[in-house]
Amino acid sequence: MKIIIVGDGKIGFALTERLAKDGHDVVVIDRDPRVLEECQQAADVMAIQGNGASMDVLKEAGIANAELLIAATSSDEINILCCIMAGKLSKVHTIARVRSPEYSKQLNFLKDEMGLSMTFSPEFETAMEISTLLQFPSFLKRDRFANGRVEIVEIKIPKGSVLCDQPLSKLYELIKVRVLVCAVERDNTAYIPSGSFTLHENDNIYVTAGSKYLTQLIKNLGLMRERIKQVMIIGGSRSAFYLASQLIGAGVGVTIIEQSTERCNELAALLPKANVIEGDGSRRNVLDEEGISTADALVTLTNLDEENLIIALSAVQKGVPKVIAKVNRTEYIDTFRNLGVDTFINPKQLSCARVVRYVRAMGNTSGGSVQALHYIVGGRAEALEFVVSRSTRNRGVPLADMQIRDNILIASISRGSHTIIPSGIDSFNIGDTVVVVTLAENVILDLNEIFA
Amino acid sequence: MNTKIIGRYLGTLLMLEAVFLIPPTLISLFNGETKAFIGLILTIPLALGIGLLLRILCRRYIHTLYTKDGLVLVACSWIALSLFGALPFAISGEIPNYIDSFFEVVSGFTTTGASILKDVESMSRGLLFWRSFTHWLGGMGILVFLMALEPSQKGNSFTLHVMRAESPGPSVSKLVPRIGLTAKLLYSIYMTMTLACIFFLLLGGMPLFDSICIAFGTAGTGGFGIRNDSMASYSPYLQTVVTIFMALFGVNFAVYHLLLRRPRAALKDEEVRLYFIIMLASIGIITLNILPQIGSLGQSLHQAAFHVSSIMTTTGFAISDYNLWPPLSHGILLLLMVLGACAGSTGGGIKTARLLLLYKSMRAGIKRMLHPRSVQVITLNGKAVDPSILHGLSVYFSAYIFILVLSFLIVSMDGFSVVTNFSAVLSCLNNIGPGLDVVGPAGNFSAFSIPSKLVLTLDMLLGRLEIFPLLALLNPELYRAKNK
Repeated sequence: MKIIIVGDGKIGFALTERLAKDGHDVVVIDRDPRVLEECQQAADVMAIQGNGASMDVLKEAGIANAELLIAATSSDEINILCCIMAGKLSKVHTIARVRSPEYSKQLNFLKDEMGLSMTFSPEFETAMEISTLLQFPSFLKRDRFANGRVEIVEIKIPKGSVLCDQPLSKLYELIKVRVLVCAVERDNTAYIPSGSFTLHENDNIYVTAGSKYLTQLIKNLGLMRERIKQVMIIGGSRSAFYLASQLIGAGVGVTIIEQSTERCNELAALLPKANVIEGDGSRRNVLDEEGISTADALVTLTNLDEENLIIALSAVQKGVPKVIAKVNRTEYIDTFRNLGVDTFINPKQLSCARVVRYVRAMGNTSGGSVQALHYIVGGRAEALEFVVSRSTRNRGVPLADMQIRDNILIASISRGSHTIIPSGIDSFNIGDTVVVVTLAENVILDLNEIFA
Repeated sequence: MNTKIIGRYLGTLLMLEAVFLIPPTLISLFNGETKAFIGLILTIPLALGIGLLLRILCRRYIHTLYTKDGLVLVACSWIALSLFGALPFAISGEIPNYIDSFFEVVSGFTTTGASILKDVESMSRGLLFWRSFTHWLGGMGILVFLMALEPSQKGNSFTLHVMRAESPGPSVSKLVPRIGLTAKLLYSIYMTMTLACIFFLLLGGMPLFDSICIAFGTAGTGGFGIRNDSMASYSPYLQTVVTIFMALFGVNFAVYHLLLRRPRAALKDEEVRLYFIIMLASIGIITLNILPQIGSLGQSLHQAAFHVSSIMTTTGFAISDYNLWPPLSHGILLLLMVLGACAGSTGGGIKTARLLLLYKSMRAGIKRMLHPRSVQVITLNGKAVDPSILHGLSVYFSAYIFILVLSFLIVSMDGFSVVTNFSAVLSCLNNIGPGLDVVGPAGNFSAFSIPSKLVLTLDMLLGRLEIFPLLALLNPELYRAKNK
């Protein structure tokens, strides 16, 4: 597919790399030649210097033959303008990054009246992700599939857990809940485990379970934690605003610590129920004074990765039960994981996954296409959702008899209202929603591609 | 350094060269040329075997090529191809000395066209074909050919720096998003134009073998003729066809691609405009300059156009001995030798684009002296040129002059005239072929000593690859690093 990406910032770059690797013809437009140079080094793409909202530049990029345009510059207005222009010049699908809360209420208008195919906001997605995580603090990551009927959750195996040094085949005996371990992260490597795989202390496991069984799973694993009632947010960014409004809506107490007076005033006006503090969140006495010791959770959302990580680390050492850090650069996550901070949010990856999901769904309209895509194990593995259609092969064949490629696992089958955690006797029927977990090296666009 | 992947690609290239050796082998078989046939047929299994061995040795490779790996790959592959490409000449005994064979084939691959042969017509047809064929292969680049062959979907490890290292010009960019497809497009343009050239030559009554060889020499802007007098004994029509095609092959190929899609933008290309302006101006001046000597205006124009086109595109065909022309014409030809063709064409030299950028930065520099606070942005085709490209330009010039001076000093030890030595070095470094005086269109390079020949061979490679890939090989850092 021919794709034009306007704006090669963090998200644009991640998308460029990902989509070029998936085999698409990508043209990147940006103003900064240095950025373009870097992205041409990293991926097999063409680069054009200029303003993506200019008609000449769009024509030069070949808008006439393009099928999709993704506008991901730092300016909402340019993104929207760019999509409208592209939509008028040719019949392309258009995706815009729109992140300002002021525009967030008119997203449907943009889609219906202005002809945009999709909008995404890394900040909003970050906030959503954090608030789902705060619902079940024992999970380090939650991804929902099949309209929320199935979830894949990440759990760290603590010292002395019942699961330590046990093979996966004994899982049901140990925890009495029908779940499936679909991926394991150990020493920064992703494994798609088989029944004989033995779990160790400090492994991060990705567990598929029906949403109803999550509470029971936590209980049987001995992980139950108390509900979160008081959250401290460091940094008053846009994501902080979205998160705080969601938490307040759910009746959770929120304290936001922000340095800029101006931003504090804005936040205080927008969120009357939140406790907005003007101060430097990286200073210990500010945190102590504002009651870090009584907070159930601390979320760091400043614009600096370093600050987020350091504050998170000190909060863990202070004994805050749940600490979530936002990081844009993923290189150092493993280091901090070893120091005790266990939950990270990467806005870039969240948005990237959403757009890639859309692209994959577009590329395959014949059915059996990707309904949802989530990156797990820090992007080293993918969980994909498909719907079984007429064109799907091996329907009705028990899983035990299917020839499935290496490093691919069927994590769940949802049929009607109930979800099957599959064993060898289960099979695919038309209309089933199937979740497949695979290592990121395998690019899977169609359910049929899982068969060997 | 990623030795394995470099080794793997070298293996593939050698195997590819074995395939390219098949047509000349068949021609020598067909013409009953035993010696040439033996030389060619022995080289094929040798290249194939060593290529296969390299591929087997480098089975497990990591799929990333960094900038330095790309440079090393390009340098190594050109050297390896030339080492093997020289074998048929040496084995067959038609060029008894291996150093001479190496000079000849490097001259072929780098599209220089400088020859050590005193009597071209005594060569067998098989080897003459191979000589011209190397021009065609070297013109667009052999790694670019490999890129065109590679499936352009997933797992293509070729990145832009390989293409940049091999393709001439200060800034190389893609025509379409995929590099494989870009390479395919370039080769289709190249092939179509070559076929057109063959067609027009055949139309003028040139024999098929001659027209293929001459078309290869024209397309690669190489200049190996198959007659002792180069192009002089062909009809004026054929000479005119070659004149036009030489000029066309000196144009940036990206412009042809643009011409099909957005003709207006293509016609406005600053570099191509300047290229044609310089060409026409030179033809005009030389015509007037040689008019008293030649007599007829038509003949003067014909000769001036042919040689300007030949020298400026760094082809090096000749239809008369321009050694006899007046000094002004010599001067212009010498300057055109240095200038060369457009970036992204098959021609050599320092390229019109570099001249244009150089002139623009000079103008900006002068303006900045008068108005120290003024902001100067250098643009090409309406787009700002990145300062790193301008910086690369000055590095290139310094290296160019350094190499020129060094080679000139070494070659001067042979005792020929200053003009001979200087034009020989210029001609090799800019991939032209003939120079002036002893190495003029009527002469050849056979009289030079072996060290001089080696220096000139190196100059040809340096000129074709635009210096840096080969210099990268000299960097000790590459050998110190732990090879994985």
